[in-house]
Amino acid sequence: MRKFMTLALAASLMSTAAWAESVKIGFVTTLTTGAAVIGKDMQNAANLAVEHLGGKAGNLDLEVIFADDGFAPETGKQATDKLVKQDDVDFVTGYIWSHVLLASRKSALDAGKFLISANAGPSQIAGKLCDENFFSTSWQNDQTPMAMGEVLNRQGVKSLYVMAPNYAAGKDMVAGVERTFKGEIVGRDLTKWGADAQLDFSAELAKAKASNADGIFVFYPGAAGGAFIKQYDQAGLKDTLPLYSVFTVDGLSLPKLQAANFEAVLGSRTTQEWDPSLDNAANKKFVADFKAKHGTYPSFYAAQSYDAIMLIANAVAKVGNTEDKDALRAALKAADFQSVRGDFKFGTNNMPVQNFYLREVVADSDGTWTTQVVETVFEDHVDSYAADCKM
Amino acid sequence: MIIQALNGVQLGLLLFLVASGLTLVFGILDFVNLAHGSLYMLGAFICASLTFLFGNFLWAVLVALPLTGAIGYLVERFVARPLYARDHLDHVLGTFGLILVLDTLTHLVWGPAGIAVPLPDWLEGQLTLSETLVIPTYRLLIIGAGLSAAVGLFWLVNYTRLGMLIRAGASNRTMVSALGIDIQTLFALVFALGAMLAGLAGMLIAPITEASIGMGNNIIITAFVVIIVGGIGSMKGAFIAAILIGLIDTMGRSFLDDLFKLAMSPEAAETSAPAVSAMLIYIIMALVLALRPQGLFPPRTR
Repeated sequence: MRKFMTLALAASLMSTAAWAESVKIGFVTTLTTGAAVIGKDMQNAANLAVEHLGGKAGNLDLEVIFADDGFAPETGKQATDKLVKQDDVDFVTGYIWSHVLLASRKSALDAGKFLISANAGPSQIAGKLCDENFFSTSWQNDQTPMAMGEVLNRQGVKSLYVMAPNYAAGKDMVAGVERTFKGEIVGRDLTKWGADAQLDFSAELAKAKASNADGIFVFYPGAAGGAFIKQYDQAGLKDTLPLYSVFTVDGLSLPKLQAANFEAVLGSRTTQEWDPSLDNAANKKFVADFKAKHGTYPSFYAAQSYDAIMLIANAVAKVGNTEDKDALRAALKAADFQSVRGDFKFGTNNMPVQNFYLREVVADSDGTWTTQVVETVFEDHVDSYAADCKM
Repeated sequence: MIIQALNGVQLGLLLFLVASGLTLVFGILDFVNLAHGSLYMLGAFICASLTFLFGNFLWAVLVALPLTGAIGYLVERFVARPLYARDHLDHVLGTFGLILVLDTLTHLVWGPAGIAVPLPDWLEGQLTLSETLVIPTYRLLIIGAGLSAAVGLFWLVNYTRLGMLIRAGASNRTMVSALGIDIQTLFALVFALGAMLAGLAGMLIAPITEASIGMGNNIIITAFVVIIVGGIGSMKGAFIAAILIGLIDTMGRSFLDDLFKLAMSPEAAETSAPAVSAMLIYIIMALVLALRPQGLFPPRTR
């Protein structure tokens, strides 16, 4: 830790000395609490992107300053303020949590900085609160569950029990699946979230079981996902209440679930805009190098963070400086970089217009649990709030 | 309904394990230990590591228990003992610092990811009590373990020489030491016992929620609510209050949104119900503090 602090200090001193030739990216993510596992993965991916770029964006030195949001909107806003005012970064990116992004957005945008979400995609920011300086390398929250709703229709599921945490993204996820799912929602639970999130779902699972639904849809990102899967398994619901999840089973929870041998998760299906098995050169390089370095498959958080750094570096390289905001904005919007999800383009509200895939949990050739694409659910999907964005 | 009641009792018993240690330490040593939750977390992490080492959860619990007790003893010796003579604010500051140290230490040793704990096959299943009544075997085990720990504790405190000394120490510390009892060792033992109980709760919950950093900070607040409602220093109060709080919390989560739907739109009910059910236990605490500030079952003092 101390070594890291000294390095960080040295790095920040060096960067002040050479600010004219460098581009500074602030990266806000969760580095403490149980959710730090997500932040760590994003940090690893961002560092890998910098490494792949040789530490340069065109002729400019690339510097990423990480900051912790402590899994709380107020701390995230403070971290953003510090990056914007004290470090005077040119771009702010990261943001796992929708409520943190919503709290921080004004700090970054009012200071004239570019804000690039590498994960959170609250409906507000895709619609009414959209901004010419805001971009996303992830998705709008509703999109992934909308794809899942479509999958449920195709599989003939008639009734559904829905569970999600009670915060901005949780509500978006519920809204998303309910928008495309044509059957009946027989029950809905929004559980407590944050640093003291509810992790024991006994009461909710008992209700879900009693509802006799055809399936259960859940959204539990990070550590809560592992906890949910285990309790679902222990409650013996696998045969009576099939699990359909978004952002719950991912590259972060699978190694843990495998270590504890929770086989119930094998074969479970989830929707996502990216997958380690996507066949393109950038993705192959990213997945292979990430695995070589950290020993696990990268999560979608990692993929989006990698893309965020690549997007910024590509725009800066094109423009050649960080002063010409208009040129930078145009370069960001063009998104001419090699994304790990293949072609990448922005819609009118600066949210990606992209494919969504159905993925299945499988064991790879080494026996490691991972996901693999089953089919494409949506092609070039535009989020539902783009029309509300007046830009 | 019966399932939810069982879930509530299970949560209550876990709360009791944490709260009993807290109330022992607070009631007898007059020491506010915020870091009690960290011992709960350490219990979970140690047990998780040992489970992978031995390949068996139950053995891991048996070995992890004395280890957690030993950590409790060390905490008492090096952190708590120098602070006894100070006032409560210093206790809070000191143990809050300890929380940060232990959380970071856990982060360094086990990483940020947390550990999922596997259970033996025979605990993985469900027990069918009747057509509609199916409960995971492991949850029944928690209820069993919690109840036996509670019974053991009652026996220890009420019917053994050590228990007698503990009660005597709680009533009049100076008199006990004047009678030639080594009060320091007694206090250390009580502290270690509290740590073991908290650790046991952590070990029992780990296979359900997994061992994660900061898990103790969630339960410690609820545990304080329990001992305030039950009466500080009272074992019986802690037990009844823990079950009560466990039931109220579970029932609130299960039925409050249906109740709210009678009075407001489904949308508003679904958003406000989890918020209100999270508040319920604090509302209970506020009521108890207003109407009966000494708690429901305060210990008899003279």
